[in-house]
Amino acid sequence: MVTVNLWGSLRSATGGLTEVEVEARNTGEMLKALAEKYPALDQIIEGGVSVAIDGLIYKEAWFTPIKPDSEVVLMPYMKGG
Amino acid sequence: MVTEYVEGSAGTEYNKRDFKVVGTRPPRPDGIDKVTGRALFGADLTAPGMLHATILRSPHAHARIVSIDTSAVLAMDGVKAVVTSEDFVKQQGSGNQDTLDNCMARGKVLYDGHAVAAVAATSVKVANAALKLIKVEYEVLPHETDVDAAMLDSAPVLHEGRKFRNIPEGNNANVSGFREFGHGDLDEGFAKADVIVERSFKTAATHQGYIEPHATLATMGPDGRGEIWVCTQGHYMVRDMAAAFVGMETSQLRVTPSEIGGGFGGKTTVYLEPVALALSKKSGRPVKMVMTREEVFRASGPTTSSSTDVKIGMTKDGRITAGQAKLRYQGGAYPNITAMLGAMTAFASYDLDAVEAQAWNVLTNRPKQAAYRAPGAPMAIYTVESVIDELCQKLDLDPIEVRLLNAAKKGTLSSYGPTFDEIGLVATLEAAKAHPHYAAPLGPNQGRGVSCGFWFNFAGNTSVSMNINEDGTVAVIEGNPDIGGSRASISMMAAEELGIPFEKVRTIVADTNSIGFNDVTDGSRVTFAVGLATIKAARAAIKNMCGRAAQVWGIDADAVDWLDGAAVPTGHNAGEFPPMTVAEIAGDQAKTGGPIAGHHEVNVDGAGVSFGVHLVDVEVDPETGFTEIKRYTVFQDAGKAIHPDYVEGQMQGGAVQGIGWALNEEYIYGEDGKLQNAGFLDYRIPVASDLPMIDAVILEIPNPGHPYGVRGVGETGIVPPLAAVANGVSHAAGVRMSELPMSPPRILAAIDGAK
Repeated sequence: MVTVNLWGSLRSATGGLTEVEVEARNTGEMLKALAEKYPALDQIIEGGVSVAIDGLIYKEAWFTPIKPDSEVVLMPYMKGG
Repeated sequence: MVTEYVEGSAGTEYNKRDFKVVGTRPPRPDGIDKVTGRALFGADLTAPGMLHATILRSPHAHARIVSIDTSAVLAMDGVKAVVTSEDFVKQQGSGNQDTLDNCMARGKVLYDGHAVAAVAATSVKVANAALKLIKVEYEVLPHETDVDAAMLDSAPVLHEGRKFRNIPEGNNANVSGFREFGHGDLDEGFAKADVIVERSFKTAATHQGYIEPHATLATMGPDGRGEIWVCTQGHYMVRDMAAAFVGMETSQLRVTPSEIGGGFGGKTTVYLEPVALALSKKSGRPVKMVMTREEVFRASGPTTSSSTDVKIGMTKDGRITAGQAKLRYQGGAYPNITAMLGAMTAFASYDLDAVEAQAWNVLTNRPKQAAYRAPGAPMAIYTVESVIDELCQKLDLDPIEVRLLNAAKKGTLSSYGPTFDEIGLVATLEAAKAHPHYAAPLGPNQGRGVSCGFWFNFAGNTSVSMNINEDGTVAVIEGNPDIGGSRASISMMAAEELGIPFEKVRTIVADTNSIGFNDVTDGSRVTFAVGLATIKAARAAIKNMCGRAAQVWGIDADAVDWLDGAAVPTGHNAGEFPPMTVAEIAGDQAKTGGPIAGHHEVNVDGAGVSFGVHLVDVEVDPETGFTEIKRYTVFQDAGKAIHPDYVEGQMQGGAVQGIGWALNEEYIYGEDGKLQNAGFLDYRIPVASDLPMIDAVILEIPNPGHPYGVRGVGETGIVPPLAAVANGVSHAAGVRMSELPMSPPRILAAIDGAK
């Protein structure tokens, strides 16, 4: 089980929660589990998100391992100039 | 100054080493080409039988297109093709459709300068004459170019009937995005404050100001195969967009990037390329398109303008107890994510128990915004750093000491979510505090400004190939247009890893068919990500060369090591053999198994975040409101500066663009919704004679995510100058400035208002 922190305005998709728990061993499983548990997140995840694991930001990487005690933060898809 | 990172931390790519090539300053490999005119930029490209195309642009800020009649155009001598939105393929997904609609208006024109039709003809003169024969019937609609006005219920709606996701109740149909970040209890935080400052700020839209206008040459034969030559920050992106918009498979479209005369984020999308390709498809001839400077201003993407409310509480001893920001950004006629990035970065420099940043992206009748170095961050951090400076003034506290007291560090829960790993803000602030600039005396009407800045830095999809030539020299092939000296840095990293001189390596940027996919050159990613892939490609080539040497020596490959550009036997049982150099191994490569190469393809992660601190001394003329920059020093964490000249150049360039944003640059719209200053005469960017030398101090706090410790450096430099200059001007003028640009009339009005 991993704890996922969500950005504030996703509360509307999770019944007011900004911290949720899902069963996952890697980023791909985590995103899939989130979309299944909170269907309103599905479109947001499908539209593109980033994931920060223990402070490092990953974009579009399904197989990054997540340890049970990892800090996991779901972040919007980001882009620079 | 170097802060050492502990070797062997979990997950780290970094290993401390003594460099021989990295950190030196060899002459830039593209220097001779650029100063002699041999370098080929976008507009330098030609092809036999080439046509020239120009674009008919909307004279209205907002109008419904009732009809477009092009019948008279094709009858004109010299005209070979005309296209409108009907000639492009409707896209799946709103993002791509928005980009296509921005290239060629569909149903409505949404801003002054929006493309409506394009003509390819035997000359620019004929094409421009033909544009006058196109009859467009418009139903002119009300327009809005101001972000706050566009959020009112009375504002004209740009995209009627379009539903944007996750917009809270109470926002009108022009709000295309809303995001909120933060943690902690704001009420509790503000209750602990001894002083609270609340202030509202505005910043103007500014353009990246790249010297080379957009230019492209496209050709498509009757066999359906196409080629595009283009000045761009990302030719794979151009290939994917242009192929989709004209309805062809990507394998049939080859895109080659030219040299690029500046991008700064503004060349991370398409404008002309799909149009030129569609015209070539129709005419069967190569088609060249080059924007005029006026078109660059009216129709390419500037950054967003912003309107922001900030509230920060502080104790008497300088501890920030809570911070709150409400950021409203307009990014023109289509959705974007820039306000969100502003909200994520606004408070990122600080270790806060209670913080909240909310962001609204708003549609207006202006051109579709494009990225501009650290998109969203400069204007957000300007507001926060201005309020912190004002709090320091009110509490009579030293602005750097207060920033040190509150600085984010390893273990800080960032304002945008994750906990920071190794970061360099404290070291950067300490360097600024210790620098002679900070203690230098100020003269009359002068003020000193300080600001921190932050940017994420990104990485992404990257492919690198490396060929070991028979004479022992090395060809590196990468796929990211060089907008800031990356070919030099990539060559240096290849030379470092292989143990050969820099001069033995030449790096080129290849076309889309010659190497695997690469993300756009953006997000300060190239020296970090392409550098990492280059090092790993070199390691693959070294493994191959060690194997060849082992074969020649008749020993196990495991018994061969690589040292100073040569294979050497290692271990007790390896035997005694003289080192075998790259040139020796490469010279025999046909006899030992064939060509030797290394390559690496990866979606890179681990780009380390970057911080900078800027110090500026300004002098404000109380009679005219004119501001002169007297002294400017940039302090920035580069992780590891591969070629310090280029790193300093990035830091200086960012500072200069930020100074222009702070003092001069501004998109000015009239009541009619038309851009009033579409040229460098009326849109004033700083030039060398306006500025002192910008001093650059590089700090090197290695990034654990890169073998040499590299962090991106291209964007952070533009983040602090807006606030640094504003704080300096506010001190010099004796009045808090809260709107950019701080042009002389605006400063005079503020001085008069404070009397």
